[in-house]
Amino acid sequence: MKMKLTTLALGAALAAGPALADLTFPDLSYRTGAYAAGGIPFSDGYSDYFTLLNERDGGIGGVKTRVIECETAYNTEKGVECYEATKGENPLVYQPLSTGITYQLIPKVSADGIPMHTMGYGRTSAANGDTFKWVFNYPANYWNGASGAINHILDINDDDISGKKIALVYHNSAFGKEPIRTLEELAKKHGFELSLLPVDHPGQEQKSQWLQIRRDRPDYVIMYGWGVMNQVAIQEAANIRFPMENFIGIWWSGAEIDVLPAGDKANGYKALSLTAVGDDFPVYDDLRKYVLETGKAAGNGDQLGTVPYNRGLYAAMLAAEAAKTAQEIHGTPDINAAMMRDGMEALELTEEKMEALGMAGFGPTFSVSCRNHGGPGLVGVTQWDASAKQWNLISEFAPTDMDVIQPLIDADSAAYAAENNLESRCE
Amino acid sequence: MSEQFVFALEVTLNGLMAGVLYALVALGFVLIYKASGIFNFAQGVMALFAAMTLVGIMDGQVPFSHLINAIFGTDLHYFGWNVPALLAIALTVCVMVLLAWCVQRFVFRHLVGQEPIILFMATIGLAYFLEGVADLMWGSEIKTLNICLFGESGCLPQGINETIDAVTYEWFGYGFFIDNLDITATIVAAILVVALIAFSQYTKQGRALRAVADDHQAALSVGISLNFIWVLVWSLAGFVALVAGIMWGAKSGVQFSLSLIALKALPVLMLGGFTSIPGAIVGGLIIGVGEKLFEFAIGAPFLGGATENWFAYVLALVFLVFRPQGLFGEKIIERV
Repeated sequence: MKMKLTTLALGAALAAGPALADLTFPDLSYRTGAYAAGGIPFSDGYSDYFTLLNERDGGIGGVKTRVIECETAYNTEKGVECYEATKGENPLVYQPLSTGITYQLIPKVSADGIPMHTMGYGRTSAANGDTFKWVFNYPANYWNGASGAINHILDINDDDISGKKIALVYHNSAFGKEPIRTLEELAKKHGFELSLLPVDHPGQEQKSQWLQIRRDRPDYVIMYGWGVMNQVAIQEAANIRFPMENFIGIWWSGAEIDVLPAGDKANGYKALSLTAVGDDFPVYDDLRKYVLETGKAAGNGDQLGTVPYNRGLYAAMLAAEAAKTAQEIHGTPDINAAMMRDGMEALELTEEKMEALGMAGFGPTFSVSCRNHGGPGLVGVTQWDASAKQWNLISEFAPTDMDVIQPLIDADSAAYAAENNLESRCE
Repeated sequence: MSEQFVFALEVTLNGLMAGVLYALVALGFVLIYKASGIFNFAQGVMALFAAMTLVGIMDGQVPFSHLINAIFGTDLHYFGWNVPALLAIALTVCVMVLLAWCVQRFVFRHLVGQEPIILFMATIGLAYFLEGVADLMWGSEIKTLNICLFGESGCLPQGINETIDAVTYEWFGYGFFIDNLDITATIVAAILVVALIAFSQYTKQGRALRAVADDHQAALSVGISLNFIWVLVWSLAGFVALVAGIMWGAKSGVQFSLSLIALKALPVLMLGGFTSIPGAIVGGLIIGVGEKLFEFAIGAPFLGGATENWFAYVLALVFLVFRPQGLFGEKIIERV
């Protein structure tokens, strides 16, 4: 009832008020450069969802949405330039799609009062909303990913991995280094031996790392890779005949484009996931009807249902739902960045809501709070079927080891708070 | 024999193989620099462009389809046929020759007599332009490169070489990993170098090319067409770029990061010299072995790993200190 009244009030406000400015969602995209193959479908998914809202629903709360893209080429300096160039356009939330850019933007968005959503990437301790007021990384972060991978290995080893050897092959960047601390703690807890194998950007040449893996014979390899690093690593793993079912990538190492170049040899490779896979969801019927068939799609439509497209779509849905929540909280369809932040902090995704969006089971249900900007940290596992050329979700979205992760989040965010003289703000 | 020694031997062999792949890229730089004094910043992008064109032709992709569809509202993507690999390679070579002609006709012909830095800046512009054209022509998605020269046979092999694995296991009690693709690349590189040397020594055009490399003015005075030679040398560099693009593209799929393989060629050039084909090969081998052995012996155990990229440059700098023209480069003596 409350919901209906709010919607009614929003409609009345819209009818009575002056013309409203569009709701602006900047997309710091990368359609060029070494990481474009992952950046393009993500941005297409992100953009197409807002187009769908405009075409089908007339926007959000009756106000049209606008996506402004700025090309970063996955370059931190360009990302910062994009932020500076677009922040005057009344943006509601930034999605930098890069951990390097995220780290540079945290102080800027905090000073400018513009929220930033780093879904499954960025600074992990931003999950502590008490410290990071303007940054959100729900529904899961890199440390959840590390724990999710170890949980999966525990599952297939009857919960005993003491004495096992696990290698982390990682992109030698802020992104790739994020899980190390968590894995070190988990190694202490479960008694496995952890070895670290960094790969320099872009990752075209990894012979040394895979020769070492062949010599050391780890039982499992976890990969935190992005871009060409993924394709080369999977090919090299196949070359040394590393068992693919024991090779687990983070969600940024688990797209179709990562496994297709290796052909049948990639069969059985696993990757963590934040979302479900494929396009068997009612929202896709609407996307085809209102966006693709009307020629308004961002791409040519061949990426629909792929992993990075789905992730972009999901990120856009989360942003749109937060905007709706903000409109309801503040009783106006014309929201600004500060109101959007309130909406993100009060976001609640229930099964009913996901069902109504045509995305039932697309991602986990969760709620955000003042203290918890990171969501529930639920992680799923997908596996590549090379003959069918498709990913299959082989697990539920399962909880991760917050007993290990939460103290790390608390410690890292406390250090940030001390450096920046931040007071506790949550009750 | 100690275990570490056996491992080091395996790393050395793999370093040699990696070095050949680096040398393949460096060769293109050398060809152009030798003939025209231009340091071609676009060589890596040429490898990307050539590989993308090859896959596009093989898959029957409509070039510039995104642009055509956007302008005319059509829905074109593929012609609906597949082109055999050999024919596709031949067609790609034609495209690279056409590109060489365009580069000469529209860029460097207007820059004759300019300072080397101007020519270098022009190649930077060319690199970004070519990257954009490749994107517009064939799209940014990762393409799988699966070359089979004779129908289903003669495919580029990948994966461990069983014979070397078995033999080394018998000798050392540990089977070495050598990738079949690397062995193929080594054979192809050897054939390429022999062919290039034979071309430059025993053909009229090759001798003309060497004459231009030695002295532009003298070559012009005996009637050698500088324009023709430059088109020829850019075509040869385009062909070398195609070979490098195939070998690197087979490893990782054809994608934009292929253009970054040029970064691997720079220390090779610093070490081997900018004007020597054998220098590019020897430089590639030294860099390949040096970086892999350093990573194995010092980088991974003591420095946290990922040392290869920077160590290659350190190694090249050390050589530069003692021999600024590179191992095989020509010593430049300017008398006042």
